Amino acid sequence: MRIRFRERSVLPGFGLTMGCTMSYLSLLVLIPLAGLFLKSTTISWEQFWTTVTEPSVVASYKLTFGASFVAAAINAVFGLIVAWVLVRYSFLGKRFVDAMVDLPFAMPTAVSGIALTALYSSNGWIGRWLEPLGIEVAYSSLGVTVALCFIGLPFVVRTLQPALEDMDMEVEEAAASLGATRLQTFVRVILPTILPALLTGFALAFARALGEYGSVVFIASKSEKVVPMLIYTKLEQYRYAEAAAIAVVTLAASFAVLLFINLLQWWSRRYAA
Amino acid sequence: MNSGARVLPDWVLVFVIPSLLGLVLGGCGRDAAVQTEQSAEPIGILNVSYDPTREFYAEYNQAFAKHWEAETGQTVSVEPSHGGSGKQARSVIDGLAADVVTLALAYDIDAICNQSGLIPKDWQSRLPDNSAPYTSTIVFLVRKGNPKGIKDWNDLVREGVEVVTPDPKTSGGARWNYLAAWGYVLKQELGDLAKLHDPKQGQAVAQAQAKAKKFVKELYAHVKVLDSGARGATLTFVNNGRGDVLLAWENEAFYSINKMAKGGQCEIVVPAVSILAEPSVALVDKVADEHGTRKVAEAYLKYLYSPEGQAIAAKHFYRPRYTKSVPEKYVEQFPKIELFTIDDVFGGWQKTQMEHFDDGGAYDEMQNP
Amino acid sequence: MRRMTGGQRQDAAVTEPRWIRRLLIGITLAFLGLFLLVPLLVVFAEALSQGWTAYAHSFSDSATWSAIRLTLLVAAIVVPINTIFGVAAAWAIAKFQFAGKSLLITLIDLPYSVSPVISGMIFVLLFGRQGWFGPWLATHHVHVVFSTLGIVLATLFVTFPFVARELIPLMQAQGTEEEEAARVLGASGVQMFWRVTLPNIKWGLLYGVILCNARAMGEFGAVSVVAGHRASTNTMPLHVQMLYEGGCDLAPAFAVASLLAMLALVTLVLKSVLQWKTAQQVATEEMGWTGD
Repeated sequence: MRIRFRERSVLPGFGLTMGCTMSYLSLLVLIPLAGLFLKSTTISWEQFWTTVTEPSVVASYKLTFGASFVAAAINAVFGLIVAWVLVRYSFLGKRFVDAMVDLPFAMPTAVSGIALTALYSSNGWIGRWLEPLGIEVAYSSLGVTVALCFIGLPFVVRTLQPALEDMDMEVEEAAASLGATRLQTFVRVILPTILPALLTGFALAFARALGEYGSVVFIASKSEKVVPMLIYTKLEQYRYAEAAAIAVVTLAASFAVLLFINLLQWWSRRYAA
Repeated sequence: MNSGARVLPDWVLVFVIPSLLGLVLGGCGRDAAVQTEQSAEPIGILNVSYDPTREFYAEYNQAFAKHWEAETGQTVSVEPSHGGSGKQARSVIDGLAADVVTLALAYDIDAICNQSGLIPKDWQSRLPDNSAPYTSTIVFLVRKGNPKGIKDWNDLVREGVEVVTPDPKTSGGARWNYLAAWGYVLKQELGDLAKLHDPKQGQAVAQAQAKAKKFVKELYAHVKVLDSGARGATLTFVNNGRGDVLLAWENEAFYSINKMAKGGQCEIVVPAVSILAEPSVALVDKVADEHGTRKVAEAYLKYLYSPEGQAIAAKHFYRPRYTKSVPEKYVEQFPKIELFTIDDVFGGWQKTQMEHFDDGGAYDEMQNP
Repeated sequence: MRRMTGGQRQDAAVTEPRWIRRLLIGITLAFLGLFLLVPLLVVFAEALSQGWTAYAHSFSDSATWSAIRLTLLVAAIVVPINTIFGVAAAWAIAKFQFAGKSLLITLIDLPYSVSPVISGMIFVLLFGRQGWFGPWLATHHVHVVFSTLGIVLATLFVTFPFVARELIPLMQAQGTEEEEAARVLGASGVQMFWRVTLPNIKWGLLYGVILCNARAMGEFGAVSVVAGHRASTNTMPLHVQMLYEGGCDLAPAFAVASLLAMLALVTLVLKSVLQWKTAQQVATEEMGWTGD
């Protein structure tokens, strides 16, 4: 039996398109990423370890993971509410609100960055109300969390909307006819169904927040840097090998999250079937 | 099956398309065409400078353009680039096509010379005064009214004082700050800095050096934020309201008070002793020759020493070398400070960079608890 | 199976009490207003804080125009290249069955999970003077880092999944029947693509192109790593940063930022229009099929 790489097809163009795709991918993605990994190997394993476990670097990991997790969690809660409202209710201006959800996705990160900083600094529109209360948002980890909230919102909402739209009304009606209150129905019927989508949205927002630079670099305090800012500083100091080492660790973390997302989607497909 | 309309097999296109892409993209990366200096065609040069010089060179570039047009009829546009001096030097080494460099210290230009060969080794003697047309020093900027009562260097390490200074690894001003602090302690301990060169005072000198290291280490313990350049540190202190005292270039301190919106909330404190900072300038020979801009670039640097160049420098709070034709008010604004030089106290930049700022040097050692 | 969409009249049993609905809508509006709308308004407010003349004056700066031109140039190069790639990749993935397909899709998704700073850094490591190809590039006088070419490469990397990821599910959902029918009826490859495939994917394609363009013009982190701190290699986002960190007055930075914000709003409008058109197309197709 001959083993084929691909199934026979009547359609033309596989060689051309596949070739284009593979050469483009190799040139643009594979080779540069290989370069990154190779650069990180130019320092000894010991140096690699010292670089990625240095106190300032570890503090940066903590800040980045912590802020990203909190931001993604906030987005999960509010994103669920927003998606629910957009799918199930109608109100004046709904189309406008629906379109606005994508704003963080469409807005250049530098613009979001300076806008949020101006907003939350001590004489900004919101900052001036918070300052007397002792809450400092700009130039602090709280500011970082706010910025990460901003950029992660569309991921949760856009992942939940299709899941909510696809939900079968009959199950809810059955639950209602069996005497469940609306809240019970929500917790026991609806939530489990959309849980995969919710977790996927959370993971996407989390992954995006981990790598965010533009929105965060203006509002972050220079003494507490998130990992992308740290890598940028190392590059400014021309410590390429160290920057590469930290980047490799970051990529490993992002891939772990990606893997988690893929597993979730595989699980949800099995579950749904 | 195939109607036979296509003659080329798929795989040929697989190679053709990426190659075409490569040519298109390669076209983007070609150097700008060599500019001819002889003709009256407009010419452009890139001046890679350090962080605080933005306003100074903005005005100077215009003045020089006028002067060059009057002299040769050619229009010249000078493109500025600003950032921490060390970082800018590394950028030039890495390929940033500077026609001239006007950096914070001679060592950064030496680094370009040694690591890339773009500048010849005798660059410093090509222009007067060791290629430093203006000088400056290091002073303190504090909040108006000086609430923490900071008078001199030893006040910086008092309890509860937060110091703002940029990162010595990227900024030139940061290194001058560090050395000024170190030199202050040596002066305190030895009384007379000439003792540094006296072999009989060896033990006293060694003790003084040890004390200086301890002091500077403690100074950096009071630093919470390290900006990459002097201007960044100024913004952090003045605009963002961080810290109690900013270690700054004298010209930066004057600029903040006079020109920045929130400058009125700050005041300058002049320490008793500080370091003579000599920012150096140089032509980047290889790049200028490649671009065909040598003549105009050389004239650009020479004009810094002219009466007009010196006046503009003084106006922007840089201490001019030649005060004869500079208006009185610009000369008088500079306070009298006792200044020591890097050659006298530290034995020159090569030695200093290696001992203090290179990887594994004194600054790196201080980062460990 | 009944699906739930907002406009339907709702059965009392499967909907929340009015006050909860009001509350949730209120929370939504407040949250989105606070987190999305207000920052957008701040951009325009700060840009105009010194008055309309100052706002107009911000654009008389030659450095600003150079940044705008560079941004447009980069987008004009990057978007077509990535569109061609996107269509090619989607064609190969959606219309054929072969080994390693999911690996390929993962590779295409890669830039989504890589931080922009890292995206820029990989090109510096490759093409910087100290990089792999550095010496070769130096002898041939080709500048990648600190020049337009580097910016183009970094932007290509960051934006290349957009068109592909829009088209792949769309083309997968559409299947191969129509194209196969065309081939059987004697159409050449080009005819088949132009007359059968392209009309089917046109809205999705446009959608991907719009997203790709928005990201190409707005990319900041990757470009910041690769470009130098000089006016002639500043794109608009970099120019915004330079103006913002320049010192005295923030209004010019926000003025340029307002242009980018307007670009974002135009993108959103176009997105909505295209989504609506796609929904229309799907609806007509569904109606067409129920006729079978």
